[in-house]
Amino acid sequence: MIKLASTLACAILLTTAVTPPVLATERPTDPLDSPRWSDMEKGMLSGAPYVFDTRVRVDAPGTAENPLNVPITIDATALADVKEILVFADFNPILEILRFYPDAAPAYIGFRAKLQQSTPVRAAVRTGDGVWHVGGTLVNTVGGGCTAPSMGSTSSEWQKRLNEVTTRTWNEGPMSGRLRMRIIHPMDTGLIAGIPPFHLESVVLSDEAGHPLARLEVSQPVSENPVFTLSRGSTTGALQAHGRDNNGNTFNVRIPQ
Amino acid sequence: MRRLLSTLIACLSCQAWAAGSDYQLTPLPIAEGVYSFIGEQADFTPSNGGNIVNTGFIVGTEGVVVIDTGPSRRYGEQMRAAIARITPKPIALVINTHHHPDHFLGNQAFADAPIGALAETGKGIASEGDAFAENLFRLTGDWMSGTELKAPDQTLQAGPLKAGGRSLILLALKGHTDADLAVFDEDSATLFAGDLVFNLRAPTTPHANLTHWKDTLQALDAFMKDHRVRALVPGHGPIARDARPIAWTRDWLTWLDRSLRESAAEGLDMNETLARPLPEAYRDIPVSGAEYRRSVGHLFPAAETHSLQHNN
Repeated sequence: MIKLASTLACAILLTTAVTPPVLATERPTDPLDSPRWSDMEKGMLSGAPYVFDTRVRVDAPGTAENPLNVPITIDATALADVKEILVFADFNPILEILRFYPDAAPAYIGFRAKLQQSTPVRAAVRTGDGVWHVGGTLVNTVGGGCTAPSMGSTSSEWQKRLNEVTTRTWNEGPMSGRLRMRIIHPMDTGLIAGIPPFHLESVVLSDEAGHPLARLEVSQPVSENPVFTLSRGSTTGALQAHGRDNNGNTFNVRIPQ
Repeated sequence: MRRLLSTLIACLSCQAWAAGSDYQLTPLPIAEGVYSFIGEQADFTPSNGGNIVNTGFIVGTEGVVVIDTGPSRRYGEQMRAAIARITPKPIALVINTHHHPDHFLGNQAFADAPIGALAETGKGIASEGDAFAENLFRLTGDWMSGTELKAPDQTLQAGPLKAGGRSLILLALKGHTDADLAVFDEDSATLFAGDLVFNLRAPTTPHANLTHWKDTLQALDAFMKDHRVRALVPGHGPIARDARPIAWTRDWLTWLDRSLRESAAEGLDMNETLARPLPEAYRDIPVSGAEYRRSVGHLFPAAETHSLQHNN
């Protein structure tokens, strides 16, 4: 038995050794060792140049108790000239979770997502030179997060409160510059028979004069009634948030400082 | 080769079966005719087979009242065998205190006896019981083999109840779940509090309403005084001869509630709240870190909602 195993191991090693070295040198090795990575780089990054970069911090619990509400925090503020942050999960039936464009805001965002099974959660951060900087972490979970109906879809309460927005800003202390925003939305994935996809699609945060601070493209895996944690940076004064879902419902709110 | 493999697999599985077959349930005498089986103060694991819960039984003149049936069919069967070693009397009534899996998945072993619970508990078991059982299979493995859902068939109500020749008072409460039953045995002045009371073991909160739970603990405290309760059996943790576990549970819930609200008010998100250290006093409490993290998952979204203001 042991001998067979070691023979097998040898065979595998040999195979690896004769693989053209081009793979080993040109492609960075996935630190999370996911069998899905080669699909991810093709599908999510469209073959663009990328590096794995520990300056992209992805924070999520190693074991998530509730697959419907897995907290994810992305901090790419250690990188300069961030144009876009793409968050995805290798093993989710809907890979993309959200895209964040921190136009005039720090490259920082927190939210919660639905995970269908244990998976790497990644943030690919595109800088001005066109290179994706990829960070990530593994999340273990019991699963089922994407194929459970939303609470909203089983009650009529959300219909009255759809796109209701609650927020708060912190202007002093350790959380100074922070904005938290919750939007009532069922965020139905469309993966349950008879419940079509119905989700928040875009959120734009602007300053008082209407200049965009940050833009979000939101996909189905973001949790029901999304809560976003953002940083307004040095922008002062009131803010505005404008949002739209995939059915054309909108919201427009003013957020006092 | 194939033969060797199958022998190997057979050996491994019989070993696993041997390791996961005996809960070693020993009834702890609490008062005349009143016993409890005390579980480990731990999470569900393949080594403890889910025996992390306190169950009990009361021997009356005519029969036995069983309070909760443990996490699996095997637990229920071994519990019943342990009861039979104490008394030959029949099982008069089985009570499920609430709808969490470690309290009712042994029901199969008592299928020939009436099994009672509050109406809401019965509904919870019927709707969530299978999912709970699947989860316990995942967490504890082979111990669960043969376990299937057996829902209560009697609806219990608050008030006095004669069962097995014993006089009980049933208290219909809520807070740990939407329906929590506490059982008081008048003769021995023993109170089985179910999971409304934890003792030196971090409380679990998947269906908790902290406000209701704290009110309920106050009511239980008053009941202890009014009825001169001599023994208190918590759902998890060691039994007590006084009301200290009630205060202990209330203190944990008060701290948890305040801590989550403060966290939300300070602007922390869920990951930052998860990372907050436990107070010194709770660091050595069994599973305190794990239960705190689970409670953040269950309860932080509501605390967060309270901290935000309407914009439209």
